[in-house]
Amino acid sequence: MIEGEPIDPRAFVINDRLADVSRVIGVSGSKGGVGRSVVASTLALALADQGKRVGLFDLDFTSPSDHVVLGVERGFPNEEFGIDPHFVHGIHMVSVAFFSGDAALPLRGDAATSALLELLAIIRWGDLDVLVLDMPPGLGDTNLDVIHLVPRLEFLLVGNGSRVVIDSVRRALQLFTELDVPMIGLLENMRRGNEQAVASLADTAGVPFLGSVPYDRDLESALGDVDRLRTSAVYDVVKDVLTV
Amino acid sequence: MHELALADSVLKAALTAADEAGIDRIDSIVVKVGELQQIKRELFEFSLTTVLPAKDSRLTGVTFDVSGEPVRFQCRSCGTDYSREEAGIDDGGDQGEAIHFIPELSHAFARCPSCGSPDFEIRAGRGITLVRVEGSSDDDRG
Repeated sequence: MIEGEPIDPRAFVINDRLADVSRVIGVSGSKGGVGRSVVASTLALALADQGKRVGLFDLDFTSPSDHVVLGVERGFPNEEFGIDPHFVHGIHMVSVAFFSGDAALPLRGDAATSALLELLAIIRWGDLDVLVLDMPPGLGDTNLDVIHLVPRLEFLLVGNGSRVVIDSVRRALQLFTELDVPMIGLLENMRRGNEQAVASLADTAGVPFLGSVPYDRDLESALGDVDRLRTSAVYDVVKDVLTV
Repeated sequence: MHELALADSVLKAALTAADEAGIDRIDSIVVKVGELQQIKRELFEFSLTTVLPAKDSRLTGVTFDVSGEPVRFQCRSCGTDYSREEAGIDDGGDQGEAIHFIPELSHAFARCPSCGSPDFEIRAGRGITLVRVEGSSDDDRG
């Protein structure tokens, strides 16, 4: 007989749920406001446009925005053996915003961990070439949980030339290196002028520099319109980012 | 029917626990089901008893003891302890359905009946817990 501490069974099926996903890419910004959600959503869109089977999972539970970037309306997913992601713009997509609507979702760390476990246990991603995870900012619970729970995870870091951001990204790179998380590289977003800080940081840290997205004053008005996103500067850079 | 996915997780957890304890055949599994999620108990138990055990010979003949656990919230603002019924969740609309999929969505919809705060702890009755696994090893049976 086994009787001790009660067991939370959800973590035991996560590997099965992701068994047919070839690559899992966590798009992390470490500092808020660097355009992580725009990069993650546009990367998923570009990969789908290239004929890849793509998933997009918005893990910023308290402030989800991928649905805003891609112009996706709220709707409950299909419930079958688990739940099936929405399929929209060629992307298999999950966001808590589909469930919470316009309501604020205040979550402390343990509740965010539990929500992550639940979703990883019940979502049927199926056969995907790439699953893009839009990570929340910072290096808190959800980022650490994903590192521990999600198999085959690689990180794509997004930063810009601000000293505030550079300092934060440096810390993130240090942590991910210590935790042995594979790094696809560092992408510079919202580039203004000719600063080299992001490229220099990538060089110093020994990770690939994935390129620069110039600051795009028209991006805000393109949000929610995938046709306009396809002509944006960020799309033009991220469409090739996995081949760098 | 994501009850099937939840039942799958229970059985995989039980099989892993059995492996670690040297159990070759599982006789019974005790599961607690939190009532916040309002899973369809008959579907969940059907998945446990009929659909999934056939996938693993170690589960042949296994019995299940599934019991419910009432929900208790505790407000982090004023300390009030309250039930699901007192939390003001609209089960007739999308709120109940959202919480069915992700119990933490209760933080978007439930409110403390005393002070109205959405900042609370789910102290009991959140989801599914594997309580006990009973079985025997080939060595035990001689």
